[in-house]
Amino acid sequence: MKGLRNYIDKIKPNFEKGGKFEKFRSTFDAFETLLFVPDKVTFKGSHIRDSIDMKRTMGIVVLAVMPALLFAMWNIGNLHAQSIGETWTFWEMFGFGLLKMIPLIAVSYIVGLSIEFMFAQIRGHEVNEGFLVSGMLIPLIVPVDVPLWMVAVATAFAVIIGKEVFGGTGMNIVNPALTARAFLFFAYPSDMSGTKVWIADLAQGHGIVDGFSGATPLANAAEGAMNKLPSALEMFIGNIPGSVGETSTLAILIGAAILLFTGIGNWKIMISFFIGGLAMGLLLNAFATDTNPYMALPAYEHLLLGGFAFGGVFMITDPVTAAQTQRGKWIYGFLGGFIAILVRVINPAYPEGVMLAILLMNVFAPLIDYYVIRANIKRRLKRVKA
Amino acid sequence: MSLFSSQDLKLLTNPLNMENPITVQVLGICSALAVTVKLEPAIVMSISVTAVLAFANVIISLLRNTIPSRIRIIVQLVVIAFLVIVVDQILKAYVYDVSKQLSVFVGLIITNCIIMGRLEAFALGNKPWPSFLDGVGNGAGYGLILIIVAFFRELFGSGTIFGFPVFEKIGLYSIGYKNNGLMILPPMALIIVGIIIWIQRSRTRELIEKNL
Repeated sequence: MKGLRNYIDKIKPNFEKGGKFEKFRSTFDAFETLLFVPDKVTFKGSHIRDSIDMKRTMGIVVLAVMPALLFAMWNIGNLHAQSIGETWTFWEMFGFGLLKMIPLIAVSYIVGLSIEFMFAQIRGHEVNEGFLVSGMLIPLIVPVDVPLWMVAVATAFAVIIGKEVFGGTGMNIVNPALTARAFLFFAYPSDMSGTKVWIADLAQGHGIVDGFSGATPLANAAEGAMNKLPSALEMFIGNIPGSVGETSTLAILIGAAILLFTGIGNWKIMISFFIGGLAMGLLLNAFATDTNPYMALPAYEHLLLGGFAFGGVFMITDPVTAAQTQRGKWIYGFLGGFIAILVRVINPAYPEGVMLAILLMNVFAPLIDYYVIRANIKRRLKRVKA
Repeated sequence: MSLFSSQDLKLLTNPLNMENPITVQVLGICSALAVTVKLEPAIVMSISVTAVLAFANVIISLLRNTIPSRIRIIVQLVVIAFLVIVVDQILKAYVYDVSKQLSVFVGLIITNCIIMGRLEAFALGNKPWPSFLDGVGNGAGYGLILIIVAFFRELFGSGTIFGFPVFEKIGLYSIGYKNNGLMILPPMALIIVGIIIWIQRSRTRELIEKNL
């Protein structure tokens, strides 16, 4: 460690003003602050002097995603073994999943970070750390067999159109990771939905067990095949087909605990998102008929299905795109969950509504804030006048 | 007197960049979304709009001193509607396939904001010849953006240019490439127009608004 520090200090003058590589200062800066806690603090004004800068924040979110990622690696192997009818050991499954996940993560990070560095160089500002999280989330919300070049195109699209056009990290309107997923979903629907894509190598079809179906529980539910749904416990543990990181509610809850304990994820948004989903689920239950068994699905099972938990913990809580006012956060989260289940059950074109609901709420967040603030002003004006 | 004074030339070239009806004045966006999935309809649409715009400009310019200002909008609409019907009939007679693809959007040229905008802003106060040039210029500015957008949407959305399968011929599909379905959907037209505006503004700095 010491040697690394010395080396960085030695080459540092080259990157400062007047140095040989002055142009690459932002790149150098990014690497330095990634490796070491920066020693620069604000010295004027009323700022909270805390060691937690954006890189640490992002680091903790990445840490919180780890349980879901590790579980995903095991689950990829697990489902693949099931599909070819073999029994694998734990490490065989895990290793298989690891080899599937590494290319996805690598592509997402390499493409996204190169674009971030390019923009930082052109604009002459520091490299934004925001992509550390997006780059980890993107591989977790795609099907395991999605072609790598599609991930690359979607990542580039998300970083440029979702983020950099608005001015980079902190200025984006919609969540970049979800932008990437929405892009994939609409651009390459055949690789993002159906029954073949959720389990590794199922589409190639070597040695697949007869009658094995790779349909996700959501797809089964949308067709009304409620008897094919896994038990609530299985959905909670997560050994079911689905986008890579979304299946295990348990692993996601561990991540949620980390986010809440460190105060990085907002508990109001998370809780109201789940309340919203539950409310819509109960509402649908009340109107359920025999012809549409999906509507009778117990409301709590909706929270375990599909990407609901993942969206509610890692996506909708993104502080940049969420509502900023305290009351706004309740409204924002609640509507997010509410609409997610509404789209999921009522709209046959989209088996899952979480992505669309969160993107929609991202767009509406500023409006919610605006009216919350207006209401507050009105209330206080009344007090003054009375 | 030459046919094109420098001022006249400006009428033709300004709408291509500095006063582009789509990217700067943000008019006529709806048809830019609707007809740009393929290049051919986009080009036909551009020519139709240019023709309607140029002749409507001339007619309104000729009538400009006799139209009572209280009913000028309805007079403009009558002129535009008449020209659009003529264009529609010509398209049906000579390029029936494209006319079918464009379907309702030919009729909707009547509501194209660019045409009303130019009639109001230019033809009502200028002589026929400059009005004609203004119409051609704005039509060309509109068409230019339409064609750029349609080029990218057709190339990446369907893998073809004018229906010629480019990507298939160079063998992209055999190595796993797939057409981008989002390109076919209307939102992508807006995003492409947005990217064009982005590029245009970073090239011509005068277009960037001052921070207030």
